[in-house]
Amino acid sequence: MSALLDTAKQAVSLALKKGAKEAAATATKSRDVTIGWRDGKVEKVSEATTRGVSVQLYVEGRYTSVTTSDLRPDALEAFLGDAVAMAKTLAKDAHRSLPDPKLFEGRSKEDLALLDPAYGEYTAEARRKQAKELEDAARSAKGAASILSVTTEVSDSYSRSAKVMSNGFEGEQESTDYWLSADVSCKDLDGRRPEAGDYAGTRTWKSLPAASEIGARAAERALGTLGAKKIESAVLPVIVENRAAGKLLSALLRVLTGRSLQQKQSYLEGQLGKTIGSKHLTITDDPLLPRGFGSRLYDSDGIAAKKMAVFDKGVLKSYYIDVYYGRKLGSAPTTGSNSNVVFPAGKKGLAELMKDIKEGVLITSFLGGNSNTTTGDYSFGFQGFRVRKGAPAEAVAEMNVSGNQKDLWKKLSAVGSDPWAYSSVRTPSLVFDGVQIAGL
Amino acid sequence: MFRRDVLHLGVALGAASMGAAGCAESPPPPAKLPPPPPAPQDTKAVVSSAKIVYFARFGVDEKMIKETLATALSRGGDYADVFFQHKVSRVMAVEDGEVNRAFASADLGAGVRVVRGDQTGYAFTEDLTVESLRNAASTAAAIADGPSRPGPESFRADPGPTGKFPDRYKLVRAWEEVRAEEKLPMLVSLNERTFKADARIKKVSLGVSDEYGAVLVADSDGRLVEDLQPMTSMWLSCVAEQNGRREQNGYNVAGRNGFDFYSEDRLSRVVREAVARTVVLFEAVQPPAGEMPVVMAAGSSGILLHEAIGHGMEADFNRKNVSIYSDKIGKAVAKPFVNIVDDGTIENSRGTINVDDEGNVAGKTHLVENGTLATYLHDTISAKHYKVAPTGSGRRESYKFAPMPRMRATYMLPGPHKKDEIIASVKSGIYCTNFSNGQVKIGAGDFTFYVKNGFLIENGKLTRPIKDVNIIGNGPKVLEKIDMVSDDLAIDEGGWTCGKDGQSVPVSQGIPTVRVSSLTVGGRKA
Repeated sequence: MSALLDTAKQAVSLALKKGAKEAAATATKSRDVTIGWRDGKVEKVSEATTRGVSVQLYVEGRYTSVTTSDLRPDALEAFLGDAVAMAKTLAKDAHRSLPDPKLFEGRSKEDLALLDPAYGEYTAEARRKQAKELEDAARSAKGAASILSVTTEVSDSYSRSAKVMSNGFEGEQESTDYWLSADVSCKDLDGRRPEAGDYAGTRTWKSLPAASEIGARAAERALGTLGAKKIESAVLPVIVENRAAGKLLSALLRVLTGRSLQQKQSYLEGQLGKTIGSKHLTITDDPLLPRGFGSRLYDSDGIAAKKMAVFDKGVLKSYYIDVYYGRKLGSAPTTGSNSNVVFPAGKKGLAELMKDIKEGVLITSFLGGNSNTTTGDYSFGFQGFRVRKGAPAEAVAEMNVSGNQKDLWKKLSAVGSDPWAYSSVRTPSLVFDGVQIAGL
Repeated sequence: MFRRDVLHLGVALGAASMGAAGCAESPPPPAKLPPPPPAPQDTKAVVSSAKIVYFARFGVDEKMIKETLATALSRGGDYADVFFQHKVSRVMAVEDGEVNRAFASADLGAGVRVVRGDQTGYAFTEDLTVESLRNAASTAAAIADGPSRPGPESFRADPGPTGKFPDRYKLVRAWEEVRAEEKLPMLVSLNERTFKADARIKKVSLGVSDEYGAVLVADSDGRLVEDLQPMTSMWLSCVAEQNGRREQNGYNVAGRNGFDFYSEDRLSRVVREAVARTVVLFEAVQPPAGEMPVVMAAGSSGILLHEAIGHGMEADFNRKNVSIYSDKIGKAVAKPFVNIVDDGTIENSRGTINVDDEGNVAGKTHLVENGTLATYLHDTISAKHYKVAPTGSGRRESYKFAPMPRMRATYMLPGPHKKDEIIASVKSGIYCTNFSNGQVKIGAGDFTFYVKNGFLIENGKLTRPIKDVNIIGNGPKVLEKIDMVSDDLAIDEGGWTCGKDGQSVPVSQGIPTVRVSSLTVGGRKA
């Protein structure tokens, strides 16, 4: 038994000893190393290991959740004693108890390949070399004379968690991740110093793309924004680039949770089985995807992970319902939060999608904005390019895109063949017909 | 990801428009609980001597700190500091009519920083033993590569030129003395009052959080200071229904304050504002799209300053030459009646600090003085670079992070115009009153803020309400376009949290009523 699993078990037995009827505990440990590099030298090195345990206590029909990283037995016992006392002051909540153990059944035995077998072989020197390569590549880009500053970062983390519940659940998950990023600032007219960049992340350090590719693309993306201006307000076809589209998906996923439904804060309440989007809106939640950033064997309730259709050709197939809100709603729990959000691959890349729309706008990044879960209204700032004759033309910035999600997803007219691999929300580039943009 | 251009300002707990999912279900951030601290002997907010008072309970003493700093300088760094933090956070919340959930967490740890030129080494530990601190110091020291330098022989309290440490968040009662049972009736009553306030209210969620604890900063120059840092916030979010339509909104308040912060007056305002801001949305029309005059109401519209100029004035971006305000000190950037400050001194305000997280006394910094760009916000590294005094702006989220220049309470001073005169001056535009979040790109200067409530201005009069619209502009261009400033400065009481480089810190903001002659409004029809 691992030390971490042992910690979780001790926390559960202490909680019971202190008066909880049931308890669940998750013990975590992670190690993070980051090298920041700027303009020819290391700017920052940080390195640390952190740990903690969080405990959910069910006391005489009451509920509380607490977190600590002081794992000394005496301190933990006192902490959980206080938590039990705090719980006793609360009102009873009939919907609070541990999940039904039937939900734990059928946990996959697959190796999700989330852990780098070579973790620990990644030396400080190798990290530094990559940090420098990122900058060197950016500085050799065409037009590099306009570059003011290049900041790069090389980071990795190892994390492990163990979960135990007093009704028999036990599980452990372990993973690594590695990230490279480069940010390039350049000098534009009017004293503007626009900045853009590129990044990539993987589960094993040997599978990281070449630092030179990331650095070169960072420079290309930053230099491409030079001269960006706002354009006329209009209703136009809009393509949202793969890496930016996660923002739209997050706004959509947020309204599918059990809490937003039960609290009457979802514009998709009561829409299961109904058509929400165009036939291009097909989304699967796939927790068992090898190497995925959202991959897992069980969720925070311990529910055994399985693939779930969320949208199928525009029809809403599932909500994200956890055990607690499932009970409040009288619905069977599915899973409380998204894992990997996957689209079926489209047939065309970004360049071809632009050819298809001929005239419109390509959004390469969003800036601020928000989406109202209750009504579906959204309004986001963005920058990108005007698309003319099927190709990117002038750079645009200081623009807004606004509307209502109820309409937006019906206007989804194509999805790209380019899912964004560096996030759990693996969005391809998305094409929408007739969207309101605001500028001049 | 760790994108430094992704800076945002959001409501701390229970953000109404952010979906509120974060507040009720997630316990506060990962943390650690030490043995229950004995009741502090001194409930004043500051311990202004070099003596270790608060942290003695965790076995922290001068010898331990000296050894840590000596190891930190073992490879010849220019400067080193160690930052201890203890923070206990507690939340009690109401959903579906009952106070049926509570969360608690505690942070205890120490971070060691070594600076060499503009290079930083950083490491932290949650184990406050000599050995763990030495390991952290040794990891941080790796940034330097030279002969060892000696650490301090002794420690002194050094409040700087003012001569004494301020005491800006005195509490009547420390939070550790307030029992859960005392908070309950207030929460139950707020829930009932909200439902009674308007028959259209169908769901209410609300809660109160409090924090107590302290920080200790000791550095290689022999300075040492402790600061007790209380905080509290309350949020109330509601969903209303009318003719089958639903709307949701809320209100929140926060400050470095005690339980007495929740006066009858403030609680009434929380209920009244949350309900009013929600039900008015039934009358709201789609806002127009494109460029138009925008009037910012007094108070939380300070979000405009936070995004349009505040971040760009943080000296780290300027030192690196990547801010749109780099090289603009001393230049005219706005009309002569525009004065903007970043102020750490407002008593009991959420953004207030006695000392920053490098031990420097926080002051009031003039960003724009009579229309001229005056002073950047400095931490120790940037102050040294620019050869100026630190402004007390070196802040960090916790012991897990190195400090950097950050805002505290950012606001504009009163100007020569009147609110009515400003509204009357606009033929066709909008008036913004409430916000949920904002963001800025430091280098390009483009920034946005999201409007939750506002009104159309038609022929000089406020007419129909509007909602849910993002506004975008460019910092320096917008400063130039602030052409009217009223005399009605208000500092917002809301629980704002600012994010930069993955670190969140509490901030405040304020502004008098101002007119911006043109901004791009993300409305729905061209």
